[in-house]
Order: sequence, then structure tokens, then C-alpha cells
Amino acid sequence: MKLGKKLLGLGIAAVVGIALTVSASAINSAEAGWEPKKPIEFVIMAGKGGGADKMARLLQTVIEKNGWSSKPLTPINKPGGSGAEALVHLNNASDPDHTIMVTLNSFYTTPMRQPKLGVDISTFTPIARMAEDTFLLWVNKDSGITTVEEFVAAAKAKGGDWIMAGTGKLSEDNLLTDFLNAAYDLDMKYVPYKGGGKVAKQLAGNHADSTVNNPSEQEGFYAAGTTVPLAAFTDNRLAMFPDAPTFGELGKEFVYYMQRSVVGAPGMSAEAATYYQELFAQVFASEEWASYRTKKSLQGELLQGDALMSYWMHERDVHRAMLQKMGAIE
Amino acid sequence: MEILANLIDGFFIAFEPLNLGLMVVGVVVGLFIGAMPGLGSVNGVAILLPMTFLVPPTSAIIFLAAIYYGAMYGGAISSIMLGIPGASTAVATTFDGRPLALKGEADKALIAAAVASFVGGTISIILFTLFAPPLADWALAFGDHELFALMMMAFATFVGLSGDDIPKTLFSICIGLVLSSVGLDIMSGEPRLVFFDIIGFMHGINFLVLAIGIYGIGEMLWTIESTRGEPSMSKAKISVDRIVSNLKEVSGTWVTALMASFVGFFVGILPAAGATPGSLMSYGFAKTYSKTPEEFGKGKVDGVVAPEAANNAASTGAMLPMLTLGIPGSPTTAILLGGMVIWGLVPGPMLFIEQEEFVWGLIASLYAANLFAAVINIGFIPMFLWMLKMPFTILAPGIFVLCIIGGFAPTQSMHDVWLMFGFGVAGYLMRKLDYPLAPAVLAIVLGPLAEPSLRQSLLISNGDITAFFTRPISGTFMAFAIFLLLLPIIKAVRARMVGNSSQ
Repeated sequence: MKLGKKLLGLGIAAVVGIALTVSASAINSAEAGWEPKKPIEFVIMAGKGGGADKMARLLQTVIEKNGWSSKPLTPINKPGGSGAEALVHLNNASDPDHTIMVTLNSFYTTPMRQPKLGVDISTFTPIARMAEDTFLLWVNKDSGITTVEEFVAAAKAKGGDWIMAGTGKLSEDNLLTDFLNAAYDLDMKYVPYKGGGKVAKQLAGNHADSTVNNPSEQEGFYAAGTTVPLAAFTDNRLAMFPDAPTFGELGKEFVYYMQRSVVGAPGMSAEAATYYQELFAQVFASEEWASYRTKKSLQGELLQGDALMSYWMHERDVHRAMLQKMGAIE
Repeated sequence: MEILANLIDGFFIAFEPLNLGLMVVGVVVGLFIGAMPGLGSVNGVAILLPMTFLVPPTSAIIFLAAIYYGAMYGGAISSIMLGIPGASTAVATTFDGRPLALKGEADKALIAAAVASFVGGTISIILFTLFAPPLADWALAFGDHELFALMMMAFATFVGLSGDDIPKTLFSICIGLVLSSVGLDIMSGEPRLVFFDIIGFMHGINFLVLAIGIYGIGEMLWTIESTRGEPSMSKAKISVDRIVSNLKEVSGTWVTALMASFVGFFVGILPAAGATPGSLMSYGFAKTYSKTPEEFGKGKVDGVVAPEAANNAASTGAMLPMLTLGIPGSPTTAILLGGMVIWGLVPGPMLFIEQEEFVWGLIASLYAANLFAAVINIGFIPMFLWMLKMPFTILAPGIFVLCIIGGFAPTQSMHDVWLMFGFGVAGYLMRKLDYPLAPAVLAIVLGPLAEPSLRQSLLISNGDITAFFTRPISGTFMAFAIFLLLLPIIKAVRARMVGNSSQ
């Protein structure tokens, strides 16, 4: 086994060596007060390659590239059970001062739908809301549809055969589809897929009639002219899609965002919370983050501490009402 | 001609000193990461992604693609030498690679793996170079019905083979399918089969946990029993004569290599499929059309060539939808895609037009990385053979440790390690009772692809099953799948008729 061990050693040495080079450049952010004493566990509430994952890796990169953290962030993906696994992991974190997580809207819905988990998000430590992602209504350009009016007419004509592809049952996409069905008296059929990328592909390949993707999921197809955004579920028109009105303009008041936030484990010390809040405020102000926000049409200002907690509590009530309406919870 | 000119430009980019250096380093790092059980190209690329900001995007993708390639080669090494799949993509390589090593022909298996990987890689890159944009359209045309029909075909290759006991094969497939349905069901939004409310089951059962359990722990238990503690020494040798004769034997499998390259590439292109199903399917196909299918699983060179050619071809294939459609074809390309976003590139149909240097630099570097990986891999073979000369009593604890690392690494949870032990014991018992294990592994890989696509198709066509047969691509696959399923019956009837007439 000598050689086997050597081999193993070599592999580890390679990885450690690389990790060292990365962290060597990252040594020293001369901040006063609390400092992490070991690598920070950076839990990602989604699978590798998804929207939340891409964002988490960007955050990690911005921090490490600029050397803002004396200890590296080690990302761990815990996509299981719509974030259930990640939430429980955070809830039971053995070292809350070194455990943070990138989260999205399943942060509200999963604990409500699975009360057995015993997760109460009001005990979690609010660090920073980095952005709110937007949703738009999309169709394939082959359909010839360019306005919501035409969309409604076409969907009505097809009735239950109109296919709306989305990401999983009772996900954000499902909430939006239910809204559209109710608001325009439609009977679209919701077909769930795993991940927004696959949903976008279904539309581009004409396997689905419409989707409610985030801009980042459709931007490639949009740039090529394959797909067309009809309207946005936002307060104002997005600079990236100036021709797509908001649903508000069309007389249907419906605004819905996906939070992109960083949350700390319950029981995190106040000093550590302050440290992470300052760290992510720094990231928020960085040029890299600003350009990413512009490119992906991200909305939402930086929210931290108590303001973030009251935002969560408000959103939780909104989602509870929506899930009740859908009959998913009592 | 334009393609040729672009490609030549690409080679100038790929052979810039920085890019060339990164390519060689990437291949070697990838080789070792791939050779470590449990760690595969996904981990390698994810760990090294933050490194890539120090260099321009083109150099960065060349580096990461080299790791991806190197890991594909490396995965075969521990599959063959230790019987533990080095990466999920190399699971099928253990089926015949391990028996070859046990027969003292590890060098043959390693050379076959390296040569097949090279062939698979090269053919797929040529296809990529020539047909990237039209192939992207083809991948888009693939809907749920087509994906399900393709999966049916893959299952059929494992059921319809002569040789194995068919009821036991079906049983093994069913076990795999049940295990693959553990976790959150996206179609209903509800968790399924979360035993005893243990939170670890929420993320489903990672099939690498099953594969390492069965092939690592199970194999070790089996060897301990069959050798009864006698220290067994492998007769692995290496010499120039052997290399030459091995190369000759490997070159006899060119038909398999060719078939596997095409299958691997086309399965790789399909969003979501990736290299693991591609390699398993090629193994099934190679066994189906072989004249001596009963030799598979007992150390047949074709059984190493097929999955290795396929997984390299698929890894190139998986880059195609990533670059042209912005949809990753495998977990590793999903991370690469994340990298591209961070570098400020927008993958999608416009990439080939707006970022010519990036695309062609990458394509050219794939040709070069493939060649380096093959040469470096063959160069390391004597070192790997050394390992096999250890007595089993020394090797076993090492394998045990590697299994634990492999079970822990992908999800970093102890839950999976315990699960792996459970599968190890179950796998050992199944083997004692003469159940084929490969179909269970196939099922747990393909189940999560087949099941949602079946339900999505039925939802779309209002529960109408005939849609699988009336759509052209899907219908062809289904017909072929049914033919494969009926093959044992046809063979039995024919055998009886021949038997009757000779009486």
C-alpha cells in the first residue's frame, strides 16, 4: 500500500497546495474584532450548477480574490428535499459562528410544508440580502406571440393542452402559473422539471408552450432570438427587456421576486454576525457584484440585520397565504 | 474551410506557453483526482474554479477542460486496480477491468482504457468540430418522450442479454429503481421513502455510494472469504513485449471503440444525461452485439474499451449543449457553466459568433489535452502496477480507507458512509446468491432520468402511451428496446426449433 498511500498523499498534496495558494493570497483583511478561526462552511441550498450555486461561487470568488476573509469559505451543496437538508444542517450546526448559507424562497416554504423538520427561520441569523431575482413570462418565437393578450388568446384556445414548464411542484414557478391561470381564467397544464436550465430548454425546443424563467436562465436563448419575454412580475420594467411590460401595467397587480440572501446558523454570536454582515456589505459594494447584478437584471437593495428579518417574516406570511390558496398546507 | 482556418487559429491559442502549461498541469491534476475513489471531475473542477480568475477566460477553460479530461482517464485507474470506481463515470469500467486485473492482466486493462479513452476523445472532438451547431438543434429536439425511450433502450440492453439469469437481472434492476426514487419527488413536491425520517435520505441515494459499497466493500468481503486470509499476490508485470502484444489485442476491439465513441458522444450531448449513462449504455450495447457475451464481466477487453471510449466521448459531448445552449449536459459542465458566468461570458447560441477565440481555443486544446492525457496515463502504468504487487492483507485496509473517503467526499455526510457499508454487505450477499449487480447500478443511474421523463411525457400527452411509438425518434428507440427485450425468447425458440429439426 506504500504506493497507494503515496498516490493518496500526492492527490491530497495537490489539492492542499492549491488551496494554500488560494488562501495565501487571501491572507489578511485587517478588520478589528471577531475573526473566523477556521474555514467557514458555506452551505448552498441548491444543487451544483443551479442559479443559487452560481451565485454562491461568485460570492466566494469575490471574497477570496480580494482577500477579504482571513479564512477560506468552503462551499457545500445540500440540495436535498427542496432545501430541507440544508435547513436542518444549519439548524443543528455544531459551530454556528462558522456556518453560513446561501438561500432562496424555499427558505420560507420548505419549513411550512415539512413541519417535522422542526425548523423555525425566525431563529436564524440574518446576514445579508444580496439581491432579488426576477421572473418573466416567456414563449418561443415560433409561436408568433408577442403580447400577453395574444398569449391569453392562444392559451385559452388550447385549454388544458397548453404546457407551462416549471421547476418542481409547488415551486416558485408553480405559484406564478397558478396566478396566471386565476388572473386570466386559463387552464394551463403545469409540467415540473428539475432546474430552471431544463425548463428553459423545454421552451427553446418547443416541448413547452410557455415558462416563467429568471432572466439568467433564458438569456442565451433570448440573445439568439429563440425565446421572447412577454411581461415581467416586477415593479418596474427591466432595463434588459424594455419591451416587456410589467403585469402591473397590464392591470394585474402581481409582483414576485426570488430572494438571494446569505443567512447564518441559529445561535451565531453577535460578534460573528457583525463580521459576516460587514463582509457581505463589502461584497455588495464591489464592482464584480454590481456588474453581475446588472447583467442578470437583479433587483433589490442590500438588506441586513433586523431589516432583513422583518422582510423574511413578511415574505413568510405572503408565502403561507399562497400555499394555503393552493391547498398545499392548512 | 472556415472551420479549418478557425481550428488553426485555435491551435495557436492553445499552444501559447501559458495555455500549454496549464493544460499539462490540468491533465496531471485531473488524472490523480479522477483516480481517487469518490472524487471525480466534478470535485476537481469545483475545487479549482476559484483559481481561474488569475488567468484570462480562455486559459481558464483550457485548464478546467484539461482537468475534466484527465479525470476521465484517471477514473479508470482505481476501477481497474482496486475494483472501486474512481469516479461515477468509471463504474462500468470495473465490470471487466477488475476481473482482468485479478487475472494478472492489469496492464492490458490499463492500456485498453488509455487507448479507448484516446479514441473516444478524438472521435468526439472531430464530431464536435464539424457539427456543433446542427447537433445543438438535435439536442433541443429531444423531448421527454425521446429521453424516456432512450432510457428504455438502455434497460433493455441489460435485460435482453443472453447469459445472465433474466429473473435475477429484473430483480436487480427493480432494487436499483426503488433506491433511485428515494428523496424529494419533483413531480409531486413530496419526499419519498425517507426511511425513519432520517434527513440524509432527503438528498436521495447517490449512486456512487451504491457503487463504492458494492464494488469496494462488497468486493473486499468477497476476496477475504475466497482467499481465506491467504496473502494473494498479483502477477502483474510490465515489459515492452507485453505492451506491444497488449496494443495488438486492444486494436482488435476497434469496432467496439468506434460504436462506444458514437454512443457516448450522442448520449453526452443530451442535456441531463452525461457521461455515466453513456458509458453504461455502451457497455450494454457492446455486450449485446458481441459474439461471446458470456465472457463479459469475467475480464473481456471489450468490456473495458466500451465504457472508457464512451465516457471520454460523452465528456466532450456534454460540452456541446453547455456552450451552444447554455444547458449543462453533466454535473461537471454545470460547474464549468458557472465559471463562464463568473468570467462574464454568456453561453448560448451567440457564443460561437461573439467569442470565437474562446470557443476555438477550447476546441483545439481538447485535441491536445486528449493526446497528453493518453501519453501521461500510459507513462504512469508501471507505477500503478507496483501497487498491485502488495499482498491483499496490506492492500485491504488501504482499499477500506479509500472507500470511506469515496463515500464521504461527494456529499460530505457520514450518513452516506454508513449507507455505503450497508450496500457493501448487501452487495456481498447478492453476489453469493449469484445476483448480477451491474443492473442495479444501471438502474440507480438511469432511474432518476427515466422516471421523471416518463411522468412528464404522460402528463403532456394526457396519459396516452401510444405517443411513445408515434413520435419518430422515440418510436425507433422503443421498437429497438422491445426487440432487445424479446431477444432471449427469440433465441430460445430458435434453439428449440434447431433442436427439433436435428432430432
